[in-house]
Amino acid sequence: MKPILLIDFGSTYTKVTAIDIEGGELLGTAQDSTTIENDVRIGMNKALDKLQEQTGLAPEDYFDKYACSSAAGGLNMVSIGLVPSLTLEAAQRAALGAGAKVVGGYGFELSKGEIRQIEERNCDIIMLAGGTNGGNKATILHNAQMLANSNIDCPVLVCGNVSVQDDVADILEAGGKQYYLADNVLPEVSQVCVEPAQEVIRQIFVKHITKAKGLEHAAEFIGRDIIPTPKASLNAATLLAEGSRHEAGVGSVLVLEIGGATINVHSVCENKPVNPNTVMRGLPEGKIKRTVEGDLGIRWNSDTICELVTPEGIRDNLRRLAPEVDADAIDPAEYTKFMRANTSYKPQTDEEWAFDVALAYSAASVAVRRHAGTAKMEALAMGEVEVQRGKNLTEVPTVIGVGGIFRYGRRPERVLPAATYSLRNPESLRPTNPNFYMDKNYILYAVGLLSQDYPDEALRFAKKYLVPVSREETGAVDVAEYIHKQSGQDEFQDLNAHAACHMGSFGC
Amino acid sequence: MSEKKTPNKSVVIGTIGSDCHTIGAWVLSESFKQAGYKVSFLGAVVPQEEFINAAIESDADAILCSSMYGMGAIDCEGMREKCIEAGIGDIILYVGGMPVADVELAKDWARVEKIFHDMGFNRCLPNTTSGPETVALLNKDLGLED
Repeated sequence: MKPILLIDFGSTYTKVTAIDIEGGELLGTAQDSTTIENDVRIGMNKALDKLQEQTGLAPEDYFDKYACSSAAGGLNMVSIGLVPSLTLEAAQRAALGAGAKVVGGYGFELSKGEIRQIEERNCDIIMLAGGTNGGNKATILHNAQMLANSNIDCPVLVCGNVSVQDDVADILEAGGKQYYLADNVLPEVSQVCVEPAQEVIRQIFVKHITKAKGLEHAAEFIGRDIIPTPKASLNAATLLAEGSRHEAGVGSVLVLEIGGATINVHSVCENKPVNPNTVMRGLPEGKIKRTVEGDLGIRWNSDTICELVTPEGIRDNLRRLAPEVDADAIDPAEYTKFMRANTSYKPQTDEEWAFDVALAYSAASVAVRRHAGTAKMEALAMGEVEVQRGKNLTEVPTVIGVGGIFRYGRRPERVLPAATYSLRNPESLRPTNPNFYMDKNYILYAVGLLSQDYPDEALRFAKKYLVPVSREETGAVDVAEYIHKQSGQDEFQDLNAHAACHMGSFGC
Repeated sequence: MSEKKTPNKSVVIGTIGSDCHTIGAWVLSESFKQAGYKVSFLGAVVPQEEFINAAIESDADAILCSSMYGMGAIDCEGMREKCIEAGIGDIILYVGGMPVADVELAKDWARVEKIFHDMGFNRCLPNTTSGPETVALLNKDLGLED
């Protein structure tokens, strides 16, 4: 046996997982409250005691230890760019892919008011981009000067026009700011380059954030760097999609991570046009993409979800997903307000359990729609042309559900079709025919952590412990069959247009 | 961003509006690359806003719009005003190709040019203009030696 200990310092709970990587067995899992205000080791040790009861393993018995953290608010970043749809977008993608929460984004020349906002946001890292290489210089120089004059004391990551990188550094230096340099996130107008900036974000996280968040003792115990939890999930998704040296991957994946405070969506797939004649718009999409929705957490934002989807929308979902319960027994607006005020509330009745699934479904549907791209027929002077914006996920074969609802919910598999192609939003390029999995044991973060040094074992472990769910269990509709049955009805019109695009049946 | 700047041999090229013929724009961008220009090539069916955003970010000297399908006058209208609004009012604007559909009108190129001059375009070039000719014209407009 070769036991490895994995720890996730969450915002509420510290979760510990013991895995034997030789036998590929899950030995045990436990959790206790995160105690970041005092000493994060208190909660961790309690969780480890519980784990020891299950496994008989003391902390010193582990062959290796890894940890990730989203405690104390996670990694909060502000992005600054020039044009919102170009350098600002590129900077935000880099931050999200590094596991951060983007708490503010600013384009063009910063005003004094915006600097005050940034000062108040209390973020961990500021990304300063702007200008392609050899392009606009004035804006990033102005913004550097504004930051230099401010009271901001977090590190600034300079990742804009490299022609003025040294001048930007001098300005920040003169203002007494800590700064780091990375390659431009947008070296050319149509080329996004996030990896160098992400590597520097990782270094800053290890050097500054771990200590600032009170995690340095935990890092000592682990004996290695702690990484942001969303980065661990993204690493797991990438490993699953791409495979490792001796273990085949599944091609491409979509991971839907539903939490109480946020919904994370990770996709790993090459972006292709929905058909060869499609015109692509916007910044090119990378293979690995993460989005995080801070307004769709199914506890902290339950009331916002209800406003977004409308009470009637949630009730419709409830009727469809759980016909066995009385959908009128709960008033969606009131109940979601109640949950927002009591975020640790656990459902009591059958209706409340079913409502949780409907709420998660409603929120997940919005989150994946925001993550996925769109393809629309646009009427132009030459006839119709199909225009695609964002990422095409239609052919992604694997959808994985992660988060509390998939561990503790009742029939949570019914949430999963929210991530797929819908006849109501036929332009949204979500997976059309995926296989579904649930992370019932909350192992995905552990897989991401293990993948750093044990990719083969991590992937085998993931394949073993992610629970497959049949399409019948999820209640997902076979789209082709549905069209066949419904042909002639209203929705068929929309879908017909979409199907036509797939066949490439237009000119130009 | 609005002050007169020194040329840095950077251009934005694409096919404007609803037009999807890219070959002209592509040939043009190859010529400019060979002439030592930094080219931001945007492809086909490019809205005005995308040209302008790319020009701001790359600090371009000129925006070169290709239009081959006869609707160029509709697609180019308002471009100069948007550039002014975006802080790049002094940027050089070219349009080239077959920007008007009317065959009779196209025979009288001076009239075609006037339509685009009135819209704020610096030059309007017929589709018989070669890539190197266009480079030479821009060099001249930028005050650069050939």
